[in-house]
Amino acid sequence: MIEWTGVIVQGVLLGGLYALFAAGLSLIFGVMRLVNIAHGDLIILAAYMGLTTTVMLGVHPFLALLIVMPVMAGLGYVLQRGILNQTLGDDILPPLLVTFGLSVIIQNALLETYTADPRKLDGGGIEVASIDLGGLAIGVLPLMTFLIAVAVIAGLQFVFYRTALGRGFRAVSDNQDIAQLMGLNKAHVFGLAMALALAVVAIAGILLGMRTSFDPAIGGGRLIFGFEAVIIGGLGNLWGTLAGGVILGVAQTIGAKIDPGFQILAGHIAFLIVLAVRPNGLFPRVDH
Amino acid sequence: MSAATVTRSTRASRIAMVLGLLGLVVLAAAPWWAGRADMRLMGEIYLYLSLACLWNLMAGYAGLVSVGQQAYVGFGGYMLFALTVFAGLHPVVAILLGALLAAAISVPVAVLIFRLKGAYFAIGTWVVAEVFRLSFAQIQALGGGSGSSLPVAVVKELGAKKAAREATSYWLALGAAVVVLLAVYLFLRSRRGLALTAIRDSEVAASGLGIDIWRTKLEVYVVTSAFTAIIGGLIFLQKLRISPDAAFSVNDWTAFVIFIVVIGGIGTLEGPIIGTLLFFALREVLADYGTIYLMVLGLVAIVVMLKAPKGVWGLIRDRYDLELFPLSYRVRQKD
Repeated sequence: MIEWTGVIVQGVLLGGLYALFAAGLSLIFGVMRLVNIAHGDLIILAAYMGLTTTVMLGVHPFLALLIVMPVMAGLGYVLQRGILNQTLGDDILPPLLVTFGLSVIIQNALLETYTADPRKLDGGGIEVASIDLGGLAIGVLPLMTFLIAVAVIAGLQFVFYRTALGRGFRAVSDNQDIAQLMGLNKAHVFGLAMALALAVVAIAGILLGMRTSFDPAIGGGRLIFGFEAVIIGGLGNLWGTLAGGVILGVAQTIGAKIDPGFQILAGHIAFLIVLAVRPNGLFPRVDH
Repeated sequence: MSAATVTRSTRASRIAMVLGLLGLVVLAAAPWWAGRADMRLMGEIYLYLSLACLWNLMAGYAGLVSVGQQAYVGFGGYMLFALTVFAGLHPVVAILLGALLAAAISVPVAVLIFRLKGAYFAIGTWVVAEVFRLSFAQIQALGGGSGSSLPVAVVKELGAKKAAREATSYWLALGAAVVVLLAVYLFLRSRRGLALTAIRDSEVAASGLGIDIWRTKLEVYVVTSAFTAIIGGLIFLQKLRISPDAAFSVNDWTAFVIFIVVIGGIGTLEGPIIGTLLFFALREVLADYGTIYLMVLGLVAIVVMLKAPKGVWGLIRDRYDLELFPLSYRVRQKD
């Protein structure tokens, strides 16, 4: 019994990481209806940036965030205004294919720079530390990841519904042209949304890099996990995304408990079941 | 008063047809004039051309942008191995049966992933491909995660001598490309093709005219999946070895195919042909640079999408009003 409780707790905490993968996707889809195929590769890019920062400056990965987050956010703004804004419109092909091209470029640029060897971020021991709760060992890093995920989502929720920036996001999301007429520069608002999304990606990348080893090829898999969390939770609902991540994480750890080769497959199957039973996700936003 | 007539063919399209048939005869005779390495390369070109045409039919005409067609490439490949090794079928029979199985499995898949719209549909297809990959990696009889080789006895069914086998596998690839091109062309010329083109231009207007959009898209998805499985079978008949990572590779069977179609010109029949030729020309020039080559390819695709979304063929067509495959109607004034 305690064994299975442990499995489920691990799954819930893993879900925090997946929610972080998903939050950025959810945010940019919500604001500008853009699905970024390069999202997973950007997570891996952030992990490698963290690696370079920690190795060069000799700092802890969490401190490296002070550099990686602004750099990623800046990259997001430039990317959005320089390239992605040109792809937005009624046709879904351009954004899809352009971000797909970006994905291949980032992947191969990382391969060229860092080789295909698996790397890891040195968290100085917190990866292996655990808290004992009555026979149930909880990893410190997974717990921190989950708490960070909750904080990030609460923060995004606050930005979205309580700040002028969030009002801009919601305005362009509702109607781009009218928002533009009301004096919002939608190109700039989209740039800020992407910057915010990639700041979250930076956090996700650093936490991923401390948790497991990574190489340039694994971005696609992270995109899929994030995407599954978004769809399970329901489009356009940030807290739903957290729930989606948790469901995906629990499905994976239960699958892994049954057979290690079954971990990822179990997550995909959970996703397909949700898609079959509740095509709009478990907690869809009510459209007005 | 002069009468107007409506025609489909043009002088350019008639010339293209004659040249195409002549070219086909020359290519079919390749075993007598080409070296082994050239034949292998040409075989690969035909298979990529077929994949590109099929993906173009889905994405360019039916609006089904999939990044998961490797699911059916790998499925076709694995069916070739499974049906020849366990059921003792002839490789060609196994490939055709594999296509039927792919069509059968694509129906429930479509019912599920058609619930996702636009870009989410794309990632949904990718999830399905991953499910296929992970499932085949679990089947120990087919070599599990490390894969297996096609037994010599099965390979010999294509021809006792190596030269005969290579010629057979070349002709199969060429034949598949011709069949796919013709099938897509005839489909687009048919009543259903017209419906599909209407959907491409405007879903709302098309459904207003009484076209069942969901059903039309389903037909395209199922037929494309079956053909893609055939091509997958032929790819792994050339390679003689299969593994989950090779069979369900998103880079090899989807990324390259997308680049081919985008660079050549999406939503045209000529585009994939031009794209395939450009892709292989670029590969021959840049192959030694590995990762750089892929980055260049990604960059070219982005630039084309942003600056010339109709691709190379779109530029040519706009400049010279050319159409090699007569699909559209032209009104002519008679004297």
